[in-house]
Amino acid sequence: MAYLLTINGQSHEVDVEGDMPLLWVVRDHLNLTGTKFGCGMAQCGACTVHVDGVATRTCVMTVADSVGKNITTIEGLQSPQARAVQQAWVELQVPQCGYCQSGQVMSATALLEQNPNPTDADIDAAMSGNICRCGTYPRIKAGIKMASAQFTNAAETA
Amino acid sequence: MNIRRFLKTDTAVPDSSRRSFLKVSAGASAGLMLGVSFSAPTALAQQASDAALEFNAFVSISPDNTVKVLIKHLEMGQGVYTGLATCVAEELDADWSQVVCEHAPADVTKYANLLMGQQGTGGSTAIANSFMQMRQAGAAAKAMLVAAAAAQWQVNASEITVSNGVVSHGNHSATFGELAVAAAQQPTPDRSSLTMKTPAEFKLIGQDNTLRKDVGKHNGTAIYTQDVKLPGMLTAVVAHPPRFGAKIRSFDASAALARRGVQQVFEIDSGVAVVASDYWTAIKAREQLQIEWDASEAETRSSGDILAQYRELVETPGAIAEAHGNPDSVLSASSDVTELMFEYPYLAHAQMEPMNCVAQVNGDSAEMWYGCQSPTSDKAAIAQLLGTSGDKVTIHTVFAGGGFGRRANPASDYVLESVQIARQVPNTPVKLVWSREDDMQAGYYRPAYVHKLSAALDAAGKPNAMKIRIAGQSIMAGTSMAAMMVRDGIDNTSVEGLTEFAYDVPERQVELHSPQVGVPVQWWRSVGHTHTAFSKEVFIDALARKAGADPVAYRLELLKNNPRETAVLKLAAEKAGWGTTELPEGWGRGVAVHTSFGSTVAEIVDVSVDGNNFKVERVVAAIDCGIAVNPSIVKAQVESAIAYGLSAALADEVTLTDGHVDQTNFHNYRVLRMNAMPKVETHIVPSTNAPSGVGEPGTPPIAPAVANALAAVTGRTFTRLPLRLA
Ligand code: FES
Ligand code: FES
Repeated sequence: MAYLLTINGQSHEVDVEGDMPLLWVVRDHLNLTGTKFGCGMAQCGACTVHVDGVATRTCVMTVADSVGKNITTIEGLQSPQARAVQQAWVELQVPQCGYCQSGQVMSATALLEQNPNPTDADIDAAMSGNICRCGTYPRIKAGIKMASAQFTNAAETA
Repeated sequence: MNIRRFLKTDTAVPDSSRRSFLKVSAGASAGLMLGVSFSAPTALAQQASDAALEFNAFVSISPDNTVKVLIKHLEMGQGVYTGLATCVAEELDADWSQVVCEHAPADVTKYANLLMGQQGTGGSTAIANSFMQMRQAGAAAKAMLVAAAAAQWQVNASEITVSNGVVSHGNHSATFGELAVAAAQQPTPDRSSLTMKTPAEFKLIGQDNTLRKDVGKHNGTAIYTQDVKLPGMLTAVVAHPPRFGAKIRSFDASAALARRGVQQVFEIDSGVAVVASDYWTAIKAREQLQIEWDASEAETRSSGDILAQYRELVETPGAIAEAHGNPDSVLSASSDVTELMFEYPYLAHAQMEPMNCVAQVNGDSAEMWYGCQSPTSDKAAIAQLLGTSGDKVTIHTVFAGGGFGRRANPASDYVLESVQIARQVPNTPVKLVWSREDDMQAGYYRPAYVHKLSAALDAAGKPNAMKIRIAGQSIMAGTSMAAMMVRDGIDNTSVEGLTEFAYDVPERQVELHSPQVGVPVQWWRSVGHTHTAFSKEVFIDALARKAGADPVAYRLELLKNNPRETAVLKLAAEKAGWGTTELPEGWGRGVAVHTSFGSTVAEIVDVSVDGNNFKVERVVAAIDCGIAVNPSIVKAQVESAIAYGLSAALADEVTLTDGHVDQTNFHNYRVLRMNAMPKVETHIVPSTNAPSGVGEPGTPPIAPAVANALAAVTGRTFTRLPLRLA
């Protein structure tokens, strides 16, 4: 069946079964491979995208349920918070293998978009659904703080 | 076949006129590479000009001023792109911003691991084996640039200086790019003629000015096996047997085949393969397979039964792995022997990217795209399977989403599985994808072990005799490496860390039982040290308590003859405030020190205990790894190694019930998450010694340090992983 999706501001029509998770639609049918597969059951966060601005696990969200939503993948990230996060990620050399990092960046960006100045506890709460087997957690936390400072400063001078 | 047709974004190929610039080199360390690398591109490498001129097997320079370094090891997060490129750029005096990296092709004649004799990544050897080789590659290329400039400017080469990618003499100056064409025609310098820097002259090595070169990981553009896309590519999944060693009796694929998008279903050695248009279609079709398994030759025991057998085994003499003096006579004469039994579960690697591999078989040749950790042995295994020769096998290495040992399978398991499938769908690229459940349940685990340690203390409270018995599966037995790695019935990877330890215990003996069990096992970050360091360090702590001694002071006394462990332990203790800072009520502090892969790491851990729960609050680590090529990456690897080991200390455990693996995914294989990650502080011992391992040595000390911290709070000795207060 055909489904019309809005991803990164563009319309895409895909002809797949309605129970196909959005993850496999973007990866296998739309060639947006930045969104990763790690568990398939909302346990690891590798597949995180923004659905109407909310960090969402695409491995358990069907294509049928994705219709009419505003979907942003790592390829379409544009907000100042996203840029601040990605800049901090490079500067602090957060990624190791990097496989989890698209999801980490999506979760961190969503956090900062909602809470520009998160505490350690806020960060733990927002990020503990994203597993990193390389253990980059300390640098992720430092990266969010660095981004938060950049964003706060940018907002103040804007 | 020209792979350019197949790669989503292709790397360009030098045309034949440019290739004719290249000379055939006689230099052993710097043989010119006439083949062309087709590694799947990274974001930066895509920008590299198609005019790359090869100076040697590792270094190419383009007229657009890009320096490309070919990396002979797999980048799986450990930072090898950055580390090896730093060594090249240092001696080349390149500007760090002009350097890009790409995986080298599978070619043992040029890209062997100098410590392994074959191309492969493992044992924390990437920097250790290639530190000089990469520096020489950089120095050789620099000498060619200088020679070209000297010829062009009619000046004496010895008066030319090179700095940050610019070659200068008086009023003359030129970029590497401007000199590249002429320089590539210079004779390859002899290795002995190269001038190498002294550590005092390093500008990149040991500095923090080298940002990572495995780029594209912050924005989703880095390419992993999972992301490889080729025209006409199909996706395969495999229904593996529910118990190890079970065979297919019969299967019915009619419902699966009726599903739209399913192309083929067939039997392979490891199960039933479903080949479909995409992953989801393949997975749904797999659920519809009706398979009858024959479990008559399967492993049907529970992990509890296996450990019970090991507990019996350690009560009996085993093969002798190491013997100093006669500990038996000392122990039997002692009236007060300390004895502890330790237990370790099977562990899954659970790297973030589940196993996968892309293969295309055309007649007797194969082309592969994956995070390849063992090019030489994988290539040989593929060639053998296809009844062809190694030169018919091409491997394109892409980033691996973690490995921790798993991607270097001694039987090339997932690699051969993908070739078996692709062979049935000839001339078509097929991506084999394991689900997380496959990854958790289809094997290759850190083996389970039981250890028994016994010791007697002398009048001063020091151990004067120690007896160690280990029972657990051999990782090497039955593999192609057995001949090399198993000597007189001793697989060194089962005992390393309890043999040749640094403590001064005059009479000691290590014995080993290596029972056959039908559970597939493999090395896991730090291999034998994952369990031996725990027994050693928890046991020493228990002996210190018995002797009424401070755990750090007790160790230092036993390390009198080992200045390196002494220095590392002292540094960690000092930085952690051992014995000088007070801890809150309910907190405890523990220590462990261990040497593995040529490096020594000490870790001091603070835990807080609340009823039956505890939290690891802080880890202070000190590492001596020789020269730290990139201190930021060394620290990142220590943090990573601690997180990985802590995950196993706190929760990781694979169990079997009647031969069925109980764990399926991250909800019941509970790995470390951010909320359990402690603060980590890493201190690097300054050194001018050659670099030693960094990826693994941080893992062994963490679990015993946590156990010892818990002992400090509770007074109990913890001898089983994962750690439980109740
Ligand atoms: S793949 Fe979706 S949460 Fe793991
Ligand atoms: S960077 Fe490797 S899993 Fe997070």
